Amino acid sequence: MLSPTTTPQNSGEKPMREKPRDLPFPLNIYQSAIGKKWVMAVSGLMLVGFVFAHMIGNLKIYLGQVEHNGVLDYDTDHYAETLRNLLVPIFPEGVVLWGMRLGLLAALLLHIHSAYTLSMLSRKSDNAYAGKRDFLAANWASRSMRLTGPIVALYIVIHLADLTLGFGIATGEFEHGQVYENVVHSLGRPIVAIGYIIANIAVAVHIYHGMWSAFQSLGINNPAYNTLRRTAAQVISGLILIGNVSFPIAVLTDIVSI
Amino acid sequence: MILDSKVPSGPIQDAWDNHRFNIQLVNPSNKRRFKIIVVGTGLAGASASATLAELGYEVHAFTYHDSPRRAHSIAAQGGINAAKNSRNDGDSVFRLFYDTVKGGDYRSREANVYRLAQVSNNIIDQMTAQGVPFAREYGGLMANRSFGGAQVSRTFYARGQTGQQLLLGAYQQMMAQVNLGKVKLHTDQEMLEVVLKDGEAAGIVTRDLTNGQVRSHSAHAVVLATGGYGNVFYLSTNAMACNTTAIWRAHRKGALFANPCYTQIHPTCIPQADEFQSKLTLMSESLRNDGRIWVPRSTTETRRARDIPEAERYYYLEEKYPAFGNLVPRDVASRNAKTVVDAGQGVGPLKNGVYLDFATAIGRDGRDAIEERYGNLFEMYERITGEDPYTTPMRIYPASHYTMGGLWVDYNLQTTIPSLYAAGEANFSDHGANRLGASALMQGLADGYFVLPYTIGDSLSAKLGTEPLATDDPVFKEAEKDVNDRTQRFLNIGGTKSPDYYHRELGKIVWEHIGMGRNEAGLTQAISEIKAIREAFWKDVKVLGNGDSLNSSLEKVGRVADFMELGELMARDALDRSESCGGHFREESQTDEGEALRNDDDFKHVSAWEWQGDADTPQIKHKEELEFEYVKLSQRSYK
Amino acid sequence: MSTELNLTLQVWRQPGPDAPGSFVTYEAKGIPDDSSFLEMLDIVNENLIERDVEPIEFPHDCREGICGTCGVMINGRAHGQEKATATCQLHMRKFNDGDTIVIEPWRAAAFPVIKDLIVDRSPMDKIIASGGYIYAPTGTAGEANETLVPKEAAESAMDAAACIGCGACIAACPNSAGQLFTSAKLWHLNSLPQGQPERFQRVESMVHTMEQFFGACTNHGECAEACPKEISLDFIAYMNADYMKSKIKNRAKSAQI
Repeated sequence: MLSPTTTPQNSGEKPMREKPRDLPFPLNIYQSAIGKKWVMAVSGLMLVGFVFAHMIGNLKIYLGQVEHNGVLDYDTDHYAETLRNLLVPIFPEGVVLWGMRLGLLAALLLHIHSAYTLSMLSRKSDNAYAGKRDFLAANWASRSMRLTGPIVALYIVIHLADLTLGFGIATGEFEHGQVYENVVHSLGRPIVAIGYIIANIAVAVHIYHGMWSAFQSLGINNPAYNTLRRTAAQVISGLILIGNVSFPIAVLTDIVSI
Repeated sequence: MILDSKVPSGPIQDAWDNHRFNIQLVNPSNKRRFKIIVVGTGLAGASASATLAELGYEVHAFTYHDSPRRAHSIAAQGGINAAKNSRNDGDSVFRLFYDTVKGGDYRSREANVYRLAQVSNNIIDQMTAQGVPFAREYGGLMANRSFGGAQVSRTFYARGQTGQQLLLGAYQQMMAQVNLGKVKLHTDQEMLEVVLKDGEAAGIVTRDLTNGQVRSHSAHAVVLATGGYGNVFYLSTNAMACNTTAIWRAHRKGALFANPCYTQIHPTCIPQADEFQSKLTLMSESLRNDGRIWVPRSTTETRRARDIPEAERYYYLEEKYPAFGNLVPRDVASRNAKTVVDAGQGVGPLKNGVYLDFATAIGRDGRDAIEERYGNLFEMYERITGEDPYTTPMRIYPASHYTMGGLWVDYNLQTTIPSLYAAGEANFSDHGANRLGASALMQGLADGYFVLPYTIGDSLSAKLGTEPLATDDPVFKEAEKDVNDRTQRFLNIGGTKSPDYYHRELGKIVWEHIGMGRNEAGLTQAISEIKAIREAFWKDVKVLGNGDSLNSSLEKVGRVADFMELGELMARDALDRSESCGGHFREESQTDEGEALRNDDDFKHVSAWEWQGDADTPQIKHKEELEFEYVKLSQRSYK
Repeated sequence: MSTELNLTLQVWRQPGPDAPGSFVTYEAKGIPDDSSFLEMLDIVNENLIERDVEPIEFPHDCREGICGTCGVMINGRAHGQEKATATCQLHMRKFNDGDTIVIEPWRAAAFPVIKDLIVDRSPMDKIIASGGYIYAPTGTAGEANETLVPKEAAESAMDAAACIGCGACIAACPNSAGQLFTSAKLWHLNSLPQGQPERFQRVESMVHTMEQFFGACTNHGECAEACPKEISLDFIAYMNADYMKSKIKNRAKSAQI
């Protein structure tokens, strides 16, 4: 490759932004938009993995009370206990869980930061049409990413306060470790249940475009299985939608109760 | 004036090698001290700019497009010839040379054509190295095909977009040099004047099409690679902006214009649909391999094509030329189409086409086979006409496609103005009176890559140590004033008709009288008609807007003005050349079989016309006699 | 047989780069349905000239869908409603009598309007200049058949190389991203044996130039829908993969291929 003596010279206007000084690897990846998309895809897939596992784990709510070591116990609470005791005694109790939590938090922050900076980049690059646009490929999911994203972020905060930390929106009956009862108390409030349903629809829509988009951003591409990428995104987001929306409905309809 | 072709003496096989050895070289470290202007960024211009910059020259490339990649070389479909003999079918440099001279009906310069055939192989190698995705065989080797009636398979291609891929290759190579600062690219700049100092080219004057700024650019040498003048016909397969202005401005400054009447008409284009049609679209000639050409026998036929019984169809090519049938050469196919349409047998709403019918081929090979061969062409046809060629025969008619004539150049591609060069379709050099299919791309790249970069050194070496003329020199100021005055004059006429109107009217005359068939009465009439329309044009043309912003009417009007003068010269040249040869068919000079009849005794020469100072004084003709040592002159026959 | 259409046009008129623009309504009467979209504009312009109104400036040249000069937004779609068709190849028979057609230039911050419907697309040339080539100075090439290229590779490269550089992908993109254009050239060159030596520097260089001018891709897929040559979205994925590889390989230091 020929190294230019100057930046490409030509008639016409200047670049809208100059290339920043190169940071050392791997930070330089994050300096480019494609690199940011890559980070966004990896962090997004981590978060999707979490959401999916979280949803599967929560299905235990339907098992109600199960006998463990001779004690009748809510299976959900037992599951939560198991998570806290992962890899004990190699690590002390709760360490692995906190490690995963910090990992997810980092992924979330990177996901939000890359999304924000890329949105700003696009906003600066765009020159809106004066007439109406007619979109063909861009669907509601892809065009609402910058709407569903903030909704999901807000939901995460509320959800943590409600069922993990037990403050703010949490019910008065909140008790650490009593997962099953906390859920039933919280979602027993119709307005909260509806909020959860709306938020989870946003989650699923976000994941639907996000997953397909992640394959593309990561360059995971082969015409032989490309159609599967859409299908995979549909199946995963569909399962997450059904699973997650079922919880508030189940509580409201007393399928799940104390 | 004596036209010195500078053809090297000695055996033709060694001529180019000897010439390269004998011409003056420029020391590598001195090359950067020379500034070269290249006007045009098509195949010839882009390849010349890139190569000259690689050699070390300071190159300034000009295009009137917004990007060099828009040049009309991009539209070539078929392919590019090379004498690689990769099919083991007996091809050779000598055969390509021989075919080209014969195809040009013995009106080209042997040494030039031989050199073209010699470098043809290097072009393929060069373009492949640059990543042009030529078609491949399954083994990974280069594929090629027989094209345009050639008896050997020597045409390399990239789908139906060979021109596009070659142009992009040359463009990318040039852009690499732009990135390095070795080529200074000037987009949206139209060259409107060649500037001479003491009889030698010193630079050009351009107008910025986006804001009207007129600027001078000086250099040690100027290369015009500005394409052909096929748009003189108004309707042609050329792009809308293709024009003669650059070479015509050079002609007016003293460069001789050679063989203007040699134009090529392509037989398979989609006929005009209405008065407002702006251009004609070419359908690949390969369609003639399977399509049968016919018209109804009756001039009052009104039935749909498929309802006309076999006995009432006139397969005129198959009847007249049993041996070659529908595959007769371009000029023969074109002329015969004109004959039947003139006789009132034409088809379509305007009765201006002939049928190209695939029913027989579909019946024989099945629709799938035809779809595989021509699917994309059928699709293109349907998009333009709204008719389905699988069920209704295509309608085709000839259209202006390529111009063999151009600025007269010597073996070094230098025009009669010292330091002014012409490359590609802009010069007249290699195709004689008719061009073979897949040879235009070859010539453009040969000139730009392998000829000009060497030969230009010959005139440059004498200028070592001199600076390009300052652009505030009086000759530049005067040229700028001429350009500005002309612009003002157009804006001030304030007539009633648009430039397009006059272009269309000019095109009708040129097509009617200087098209496929020409005769003395018609040509004489054309001269007076063009003169009349030119006078009307200068009194009555209407250009709105101003000269300080983008104004396409203003761009157009200048081009039409130059086409007017060129059209007249074409008629004069065609009138003067009372023989028929290649694409130039004088009805007075034909064999009993209706074939073009040459007159080698009187016309075995290049007609090069010299401008006489104003448009009302006819140009004076100079002759360059052609010698044929290696090719035997013979009469073509396709019976 | 040709029928005639009467249409209402709303055309973006803007006298110059710095002047304000707006939609102006014109009646287009008696348009033959055999004419192309650009010929329709020709007819409108002829009428405007007759009425001493400056004609509409619109981009066009070859009018056979290959030069890439033409391209406007027609009713909110780049190159209009017909798939895989450049503006010049769109014909009026695809419209109905009485239709209103809104015509607007390409929009992107890097595509400033020069006049009316004509925009400056020079950043696309800059992307090519920054690495969209295989450097092979004239005269250095070996025999073409010395490097074998599998037929499938040549075909795939050709699929990408078919790009005409019209800018519809950027115009159609809600983010004004240049991914489809850039990735098509990258795949053309990076998928061929001849393009391997410069492969990773090429991808870094072209991507960095692209990002200086254009927005960030969010994988809507509008670009591929708008593309008159049906360039595939797959090339964007290939570009993303190659870009990461180039960063990880760091060939300048490790000389890996």
